[in-house]
Amino acid sequence: MTAAPLLSVRDLSMTFRTRRGPVKAVDGIGFDLAEGETLGLVGESGCGKSTTGRLIVRLLEPTGGTVSYEGRDISHLRQRELKPLRRRLQMVFQDPHSSLNPRQTVARIIADPLLVQGSPAAEARKRAAELMELVGLIPEHLDRYPHEFSGGQAQRIGIARALATGPRLVIADEPVSALDVSVQAQIVNLMERLQRELGLAYLFIAHDLSVVKRVCARVAVMYLGRIVEIGPKELVYTAPAHPYTSALLSAVPLPDPAAERTRKRITLLGDPPSPAAPPPGCTFHPRCPKAQQRCRTEAPVLRADDGGRQVACHFPEVPGALTLVTRTASP
Amino acid sequence: MSQPLLSVSDLTVDFTTRGGEVRAVDSLAFSVERGRTLGIVGESGSGKTVTSMAVMGLHTSARVTGSIRLDGRELVGLPEAELARLRGRRMAMIFQDPLSSLHPYYTVGEQIAEHHRVHFNSGRKAARSRAVEMLAEVGIPEPARRAREYPHQFSGGMRQRVMIAMALACEPELLIADEPTTALDVTVQAQILELIARIQQDRGLAVLLITHDLGVVARVAHEVLVMYGGRAAERAPVDDLFAAPAHPYTRGLLDSLPRLDATDDQPLPAIPGSPPSLLTPAPGCAFAPRCAVAAAASEPERSHCGTVRPELAASQRHLVACHLSLHTTGGVR
Repeated sequence: MTAAPLLSVRDLSMTFRTRRGPVKAVDGIGFDLAEGETLGLVGESGCGKSTTGRLIVRLLEPTGGTVSYEGRDISHLRQRELKPLRRRLQMVFQDPHSSLNPRQTVARIIADPLLVQGSPAAEARKRAAELMELVGLIPEHLDRYPHEFSGGQAQRIGIARALATGPRLVIADEPVSALDVSVQAQIVNLMERLQRELGLAYLFIAHDLSVVKRVCARVAVMYLGRIVEIGPKELVYTAPAHPYTSALLSAVPLPDPAAERTRKRITLLGDPPSPAAPPPGCTFHPRCPKAQQRCRTEAPVLRADDGGRQVACHFPEVPGALTLVTRTASP
Repeated sequence: MSQPLLSVSDLTVDFTTRGGEVRAVDSLAFSVERGRTLGIVGESGSGKTVTSMAVMGLHTSARVTGSIRLDGRELVGLPEAELARLRGRRMAMIFQDPLSSLHPYYTVGEQIAEHHRVHFNSGRKAARSRAVEMLAEVGIPEPARRAREYPHQFSGGMRQRVMIAMALACEPELLIADEPTTALDVTVQAQILELIARIQQDRGLAVLLITHDLGVVARVAHEVLVMYGGRAAERAPVDDLFAAPAHPYTRGLLDSLPRLDATDDQPLPAIPGSPPSLLTPAPGCAFAPRCAVAAAASEPERSHCGTVRPELAASQRHLVACHLSLHTTGGVR
C-alpha cells in the first residue's frame, strides 16, 4: 500500500488502575486501516476489543503507543483539540436505545453533533432530515422520541448521528448484536450500502464471527489484549494460522444440522483468563491444544507469512489444515 | 416411538399490562420425548420464554389455559404446592444469566445440597457429597474445593455448569434451558452445549432448548419449533426445517443470517420491518406485514393473509401455519 493509511495504530496499550492493581486491557497492538476499508476486530469478552475502539476515538487516552488519524498523532490530544477531529471520526454503539437520549427528539439527536460543531439550527435540521432518509427512516418522523422506534430503527438513528458530520472512519462497536436476528441483516446491509455510497472506512468490533466475515475485508483476532492473528479474511477464515482462531471458528454453530454433525470441532478447555492475571509466555497456552514448553515461558511476537497475514504463535497451524465447507446462499 | 414426556396442547398465556391485554402465547402445541431435544426458536416477543415459564408453572400473574402434561399428569391448574414439588424434582430449568439465579451468600455446594435435601429429605452429609458428585459430573475441576466457594468466585462458564449441576441434582426428567449460552463466549458456549448433550445422553433427559440462535438449534436439537408473535409458525424435525423451510418467516430468517460457510458477494436478503408488538396483534397472520411471499401474492390471497389467522397444518414432515406455505407455492425468489 503506497497511500498513507487513514488510521494507523502502533504499539497501543491501555493499562487501567484498579483497586486490585493494574489491568492491561490492551497490550501493544498495531494495525493500519486504509480509506474505505473495513477491518474487523474479533475476540471474546475481556479481550480488549472495545477498549481499542474507545482509544481510537479518544474516549480514552492510551497509556502507551500511538493512534494516528489522517497522518496526525491523536493519542494525547486535549479535549479542545479533539473537537474538530470528531467531525471525521465517529462511533456507533451496541445498544441503540441506551445510546440515544430518551428526552431528545430524533431531530435533536442527529443534529447534535452539527450544533456542537457550530452549524445554524435550521441547517442542522435540514441535514438531519436528509440523514434520516439516507439511513432508511421517514424524515417526517424527525420530531419523534427514541422510544417510538424499534431497536433496528433506533440503530439507524445512531448511524445517522454518527454520519452527521461526514466522518471518513466509523468505529462500530457490536452494532448489531443487540438486535433481533431478523433485523440484523437490515443493519448490515445499510452499513454496507453507506460504505459504498460515502466511501467510509469501518473498524467493526464484534464477537460474532459470521457477521464480521460478512462485513470485513480484513480481520484481527484479539486474545487478552493482544492481536494473535491479523490478515485478509479469506486467509483467516478458511486457513486460520493461530490455534485460537481455529478454535473460535470451529466453536461457531452453523445453521446447518448436517454440517454440524460431521464437523470437526476443537473444544477449548476453560474460560478466557482474566486480563488482571494473564498467564506467562503465550497468554493462550493454558487453553491451547498445541501448547509446548516454549509457549509457557516465551511470548510469541507477530510474524508475517507471504499472504499478508501476521500471526503470533510459536507453532502456527499449517495453512489449509482446517477447511470450512463452502456453500453458496440458498437459491 | 415412546410416549412423550412433555405434551403441551392449546397452550394460551394472557397477561394484563398497563398497555392492555396481551396474549403472549396463543394456542401452542408441542411435545418432547425422553432423550430428545426440542429447540424453540424465536425473536423478542415471540413467546418462547413465556412458554418455558408456563411449563415450569412460574407465571403468577398470567392466565394460563390449555394443557401441559408431564408424563401424563396435567400441570395446568395444579396447586402451587404440588407444582413446587415437581419443579426441580421432575423438571428443572436453567437460565441465560446464571449469576442472577444463584444466591450470592451461600456456597455453591450449599445451594446444590439444599436443593437435594428439600426434594429427597436427605441428610446434610449425603446432600453435601451429592453436591460434590454433581459438580464433578458437570466438569468442574477440584469439585470438593469448589463446592465451598461462592458464585462470584466462578467464571461465567463455570457458573452455568453450577446451574446445570443444581438442575440435575434431583435427577429431573425434563430440562428446560432458556438461552443457556447466550451470555457466554463462543468457545465456552461450545463446552456447555457439549455438556448438555452428554448429560442428556447419559440420563435420557428430555430437553426443551429456548434460543434465538439457529446455529445452536442446528447443533443440538432433534426437532424445532419456530415461534412468531406468540404462535407456532412452523414445527419440523431439524434436518427438514433447515433443508426445506415451509414458512416464509423460517426461510427469511435462514436466508438473512450472515454465515461462516457462505460467499459474501450478494447483499443479505433481509426481512423488512420488526417483530410485531403483542399489544396490537394483526388480525391475520402475524408475519403478513413483513412477508415477501404475501407481498408478491395477488388478490385475494394477499388480503387473506392479512385478515385470516392461518392454522397449523401438516405438510411433508412439517407442521406449518401459513396460507402460502413454501411447500405449495415454492416461494418467490
